[in-house]
Amino acid sequence: MKYLYYPGCSLKGSGRPYEESLLSILDRLGVAVVELAHWNCCGATAYMSVDEVQAFALAARNLCLAEECGGPGDVHLLAPCNACYLVLSKAQVYIRQYARIGQVVAEALRAAGLEYHGRIKVRHPLDVLWNDVGVERIKKAVTQPLQGRKIACYYGCQVVRPYATFDNQHNPMVMDHLLRAAGAQTVDWPLKERCCGGTLTGTMEEAGLRLSYILLKEARARGAQVMATACPLCQFNLECYQDRMQSRFGDGIKMPVAYFTQLLGMAMGIPASKLGLDRLLAPPKPVIPTATPDAAGKGAI
Amino acid sequence: MIRQIHEPSRIGVYVCHCGMNIAAKVDVEDVRAFARSLPNVVVAKTYKFMCSDPGQEMIRKDIQEHDLNRVVVASCSPLLHEHTFRRACAAAGMNPFHLQMANIREQVSWVTPDCALATRKARALIHAAVRRVADHYPLAKERVNVHPAILVVGGGIAGIHAALVLANAGKKVYLVEREPSIGGHMAQLDKTFPTLDCSACILTPRMSQIRTHPNITLWTYAEIEEVAGFAGNFKVKVRHKPRYVKEELCVGCGECVSACVFKEGRVRDEFNQGLSKRKPIYMPFPQATPNVAVIDPQSCLKIMRGKCAMKCVEACPRAAIDFEQREEHTDIEVGAIILATGYRTFDARKIPEYGYGRFPNVYTMLEVERLVNAAGPTGGDITLRDGARPQTVGIIHCVGSRDRRHHPYCSNVCCMASLKMAHLVKERTGAEVFNFYIDMRATFKGYEEFYDQVLREGVQFIRGRVAEVTDWAIRPAEKGKLVIRVEDTLVGVVRRIPVDMVVLATAMEPQEDAAAVQRKFNISCSQDGFFLERHPKLGPVSTFSDGIFLAGVCQGPKDIPASVAQAGAAAAEALCLVDKGFVEIEPNTAFIDEAACSGCRTCIPLCPFQAITRDAVKGVAVINQALCKGCGTCVAACPSGAAGQNMFTDAQIYDEIEGVLADV
Repeated sequence: MKYLYYPGCSLKGSGRPYEESLLSILDRLGVAVVELAHWNCCGATAYMSVDEVQAFALAARNLCLAEECGGPGDVHLLAPCNACYLVLSKAQVYIRQYARIGQVVAEALRAAGLEYHGRIKVRHPLDVLWNDVGVERIKKAVTQPLQGRKIACYYGCQVVRPYATFDNQHNPMVMDHLLRAAGAQTVDWPLKERCCGGTLTGTMEEAGLRLSYILLKEARARGAQVMATACPLCQFNLECYQDRMQSRFGDGIKMPVAYFTQLLGMAMGIPASKLGLDRLLAPPKPVIPTATPDAAGKGAI
Repeated sequence: MIRQIHEPSRIGVYVCHCGMNIAAKVDVEDVRAFARSLPNVVVAKTYKFMCSDPGQEMIRKDIQEHDLNRVVVASCSPLLHEHTFRRACAAAGMNPFHLQMANIREQVSWVTPDCALATRKARALIHAAVRRVADHYPLAKERVNVHPAILVVGGGIAGIHAALVLANAGKKVYLVEREPSIGGHMAQLDKTFPTLDCSACILTPRMSQIRTHPNITLWTYAEIEEVAGFAGNFKVKVRHKPRYVKEELCVGCGECVSACVFKEGRVRDEFNQGLSKRKPIYMPFPQATPNVAVIDPQSCLKIMRGKCAMKCVEACPRAAIDFEQREEHTDIEVGAIILATGYRTFDARKIPEYGYGRFPNVYTMLEVERLVNAAGPTGGDITLRDGARPQTVGIIHCVGSRDRRHHPYCSNVCCMASLKMAHLVKERTGAEVFNFYIDMRATFKGYEEFYDQVLREGVQFIRGRVAEVTDWAIRPAEKGKLVIRVEDTLVGVVRRIPVDMVVLATAMEPQEDAAAVQRKFNISCSQDGFFLERHPKLGPVSTFSDGIFLAGVCQGPKDIPASVAQAGAAAAEALCLVDKGFVEIEPNTAFIDEAACSGCRTCIPLCPFQAITRDAVKGVAVINQALCKGCGTCVAACPSGAAGQNMFTDAQIYDEIEGVLADV
């Protein structure tokens, strides 16, 4: 199966490590992806809260482009960023379910010479790796197992609620299964799908910071050494603000926060530079020393 | 059946207002005038309530005064009043099958918002009925004798009560239960609300009456395989599953169970909700009826692998164990059937945020019933999985009920069951008990008083749908506990309540195979999957299949008093049918025009009721009128148009279609 890849803005910016590691592991697993040409911003949560219908039109443009370039039948559109995944899914549901919204969006698309037929399946990498690739293929690709390192899988609030059908909405397990296949131990913890603070960390730091801190604190209490994420904003909030959490809450947490694709890539022996590991502020080096030395031979990442 | 050549039609049309039900949407006067203008219509009238005595009297008088030979009533669904108006016609000396109803209420006024459109639709339906009724010809109902025995399916409290009522009235009753013992869910309960009498103490005398009653044949571990026939004359095939123990020899001494090569129980004990283990040979529970051991073929070594020391056979003093037993079938004939097939409880795993299956100390209500019970796995000690006594217990209401994701309905019993459980837990352990409810529903006799008693006992009530049960501790007091997070909607705050034990009051839902049973007995289900009664108010125990009645939770969630009351009602209805001695069969049967029949035999294998045979002498098909159910399959299949159906002749249907499509 071929997938169209919709990176969204984050994966070309702060989320570059996610893009690099995702494309590397898909390549290693023999999954073909083609980046969607001329894609635009999905609108994210911000536009949705200003003007919902316009936001749907903006998102739907991507669905139309994907349909055009995906050929006949179902088109699988890979959206790795949780926000993109949610916005594209939500746009689809609302266009289908509410005739009035569907009409306005259709008119907006028509003005751009586009029409949406509903053939797109929006897919998250967790979904694709679990359901299409399968754990067995991943196990086979693992050359340097994660040796039972304790990982807290953090799914974020957008990937399983309310539209994801590939996992349990209140106790998601897919990322746990994938990382266990790579030899890790995952911790059972209750905050897997709780909010990280999202954009609040930028706008109302007091509120956002606390939410991120709760997650890291509980993960540490459960014995996690690394936190794995599937969302660029979660990764940013949880990793970049650890210093500020220390000054605010007087509790220094030093926990690497990596994309789950990076951890899978390490287990597959993919060089650090191809996984964007060097772009992380707190690389998982001290806790996962097995990562392959870089091509430059500078030792462990 | 030979079509009679009848005199010219003289039709009367009667348009009902049904109060404002029809008149508010349909211009009845316009419709009346339209009807009057149609050919052969000699009188057309409207009336406020046509089904009332004066309404019927008007029709009777008109038939005599205007010499009517056809009547069309435009009112409600024929399901409700066809019998009423047929009787009125017959009273005036007209053949009752010369009546046709046009449904301008359910099919017009209740579903058509626009008055002009509704009026036009009513005209079209009346036009169709007037066209059709002209083709009607005299028919007569046939009487068939009723078999006096009655079948009760399901041996829970509803089935038990219905069977006893019928047997006490002198009727022969077959009670068929698929589990090894009767008793149903009630046998698993400890105490019953609101009187707190012991469930087993009031149930087991009934169970033993069933066993000893001369009029009752009890078949446990048996299921209904096939149902054929019709009201008054059902033919039922019962499948007896092998229990590998001869029921007539076993006295339930239990020697075999002690002797089994498994020294300890290894299999999930269904009766104790899996809180204990049983052996492959077991007694279902101490008061099981019949008090007979049963062997589970899924775990018995002899049956699974063919190899076992068979200590049970050695131990049995009465040589009752028989590994040669095979499935058997019995055919019975009954006049009426009562379905009392019960319910199952909602799988709490479907609400993962409540942690059932993830946190060991989250229990379902039925599990705690077994924990509280003196015959249960802990001998009545309410303990957690590690053996500790809970200090705090949270009972969550509406788990799976009143939830659009699962069951939108209220399960009816959980409020009271939760109150009872709160009382029992507090009484036995002294624990602090919290009830988390959406609304308290304590609506029957003595229920509100019981609620008041439990409130006075100091049980805490928090109004709010619980968000989650978590082991995420954020305060020292929460360490090692389960935390119930809930919005307390009376105070307007989000609360975190740490408890040792969580009890989920899970919903009642239709049995897993309810849809299969529904098909087998040819009845209907409502949207929630429970069996559908004929009328929600006035036919609460009948079904749309004559002679089949409903009792207990298979019809919808209810508690023990309501189940017993419904079972009594179902028994009375079944008695009514059986004691009358005969049933009248609608004459909507198929017939063969012998002159047109080529004897091709196309229809014979198609008939689902085996009602068609071939007359070898005449070389034509013959339809047995007693067996024909009027499904019309042969009529549609006949290549030479020789098969027809009373009340649905081609002429009647074509005229009706032309009538409804005509420009009105």
